[in-house]
Amino acid sequence: MKNKKLKIAIYWFGSCGGCEVALVELNEKILELAEIADIVLWPVALDFKYEDLEKFKAQEIDISLINGCIANFENEQIAKMLREKSKVLIAYGSCACFGGIPGLVNLATKEEVYKIAYSETPSTINPKFTTPQQSYKADAHELELPEFYGYSRALHQVVEVDYFVPGCAPPIESTEKLLEIAKEFAAKGALPPKGTVIGSEKSVCDECEREKAEKKSISKIYRIYEKEADPKKCLLDQGIICMGPATRGGCKARCLNANQPCIGCMGALPEALDQGAKMLSALASIIGIEEEKALSEEDLKKIIDKVADPAGSFYKFSLPVGIISRKHTEKK
Amino acid sequence: MASVDKFEPKILAFLCNWCAYAGADLAGVSRMQYPPNIRAIRVMCSARVDPVFVLEALKRGADGVFIGACHPGDCHYQTGNYKTVRRVILMRKLLEQLGVDGKRLRLEFISASEGKKFASAVEDFVKELRELGPFKK
Ligand code: SF4
Ligand code: SF4
Repeated sequence: MKNKKLKIAIYWFGSCGGCEVALVELNEKILELAEIADIVLWPVALDFKYEDLEKFKAQEIDISLINGCIANFENEQIAKMLREKSKVLIAYGSCACFGGIPGLVNLATKEEVYKIAYSETPSTINPKFTTPQQSYKADAHELELPEFYGYSRALHQVVEVDYFVPGCAPPIESTEKLLEIAKEFAAKGALPPKGTVIGSEKSVCDECEREKAEKKSISKIYRIYEKEADPKKCLLDQGIICMGPATRGGCKARCLNANQPCIGCMGALPEALDQGAKMLSALASIIGIEEEKALSEEDLKKIIDKVADPAGSFYKFSLPVGIISRKHTEKK
Repeated sequence: MASVDKFEPKILAFLCNWCAYAGADLAGVSRMQYPPNIRAIRVMCSARVDPVFVLEALKRGADGVFIGACHPGDCHYQTGNYKTVRRVILMRKLLEQLGVDGKRLRLEFISASEGKKFASAVEDFVKELRELGPFKK
């Protein structure tokens, strides 16, 4: 291992491209990366064909850095190939770690997704309801498209993952830490324990400097645009849903510093089984405590109905790794 | 006795130690008849029922989850059951978004002396779940 340059692959699946930008955020430190590693595969920046990946021997790539969730057959196939060809496989960003925002597709069935995407969006005119087919004959050619599954998965739900770097996109501190890990690996062949998550072991609240009420109680829930939030006080105390209590820290609570609530991108707390259920519990526990004895179930329903989209709010980044990870279809 | 092909819903019940569990116990010692579809877990307070338990129960094969709590005002820990009410309201909303009928989660207030209420609540829930059908598939 010593003094040999690492071979690094950077790949993307169902993602927005933000994680690629987060890597570039290394700025001049990217030169340190160039010193110890060659980037052998990076479709966003370098031309790429399937053969380029096929030609690598098993474990020939030292580190594969993967962003994006697994949404279709192609994603899955390439994830499996990269796993086979790599010594270390890293899920970089919330989509790869938990499914991320594209994981919210799991709130709909495949049919519903097609209906919305290829018919109902205001910018779509598609009277024949043409939807992507897996294969299509054009003249003499048979064209093929990878199958879209209609639901998304996190990377570790498809292949074994060695390390997780959550964040949407991962905070620069995490990327820098990753660089340190790569340097250690290049110099000594040493690696952190498998399964390491680059982030804090505590919640976002722990990193948040806002003033917190001794006893939490909220009598009304506000959407973020409905209230001018006091920049010094805990947003949850002000009735604005903030995912901080249910979310792993490591981001330095940067959203809170920008007077925005945490939306949960770092995923569940280390010991929590389900980020959404944890947040639901935290929020329901503090709604209307002050007058709890006087409120009827109807009153409570009215207050709670202000949580317009519990699934979308509490599982914005982690639905595919939730206990119930995709829409269930009740037989009626 | 149920016939073989009749769907028998599986119900996981969380019963609080001070009221609902005692109520269920009373139904038992009074030899009240109620359907055997329920598997009871005694918890110290209904507020101990983490929403995670509900999701996990459904995932692992329960067709319905029953939470038995003290009547409002009677909670042994003062206000645990109020918390449960709020969680259940929000939980049902979440379940519906996940494509699960909110009726699969049922909350009942049962005091230690209401063995009869316990028996009829179970009976009613079983009936409702039969109409909904099995959770899986
Ligand atoms: S709930 Fe949000 S605003 Fe309040 S302390 Fe936690 S992270 Fe900060
Ligand atoms: S505050 Fe929340 S949403 Fe913002 S970066 Fe941190 S974990 Fe992500």
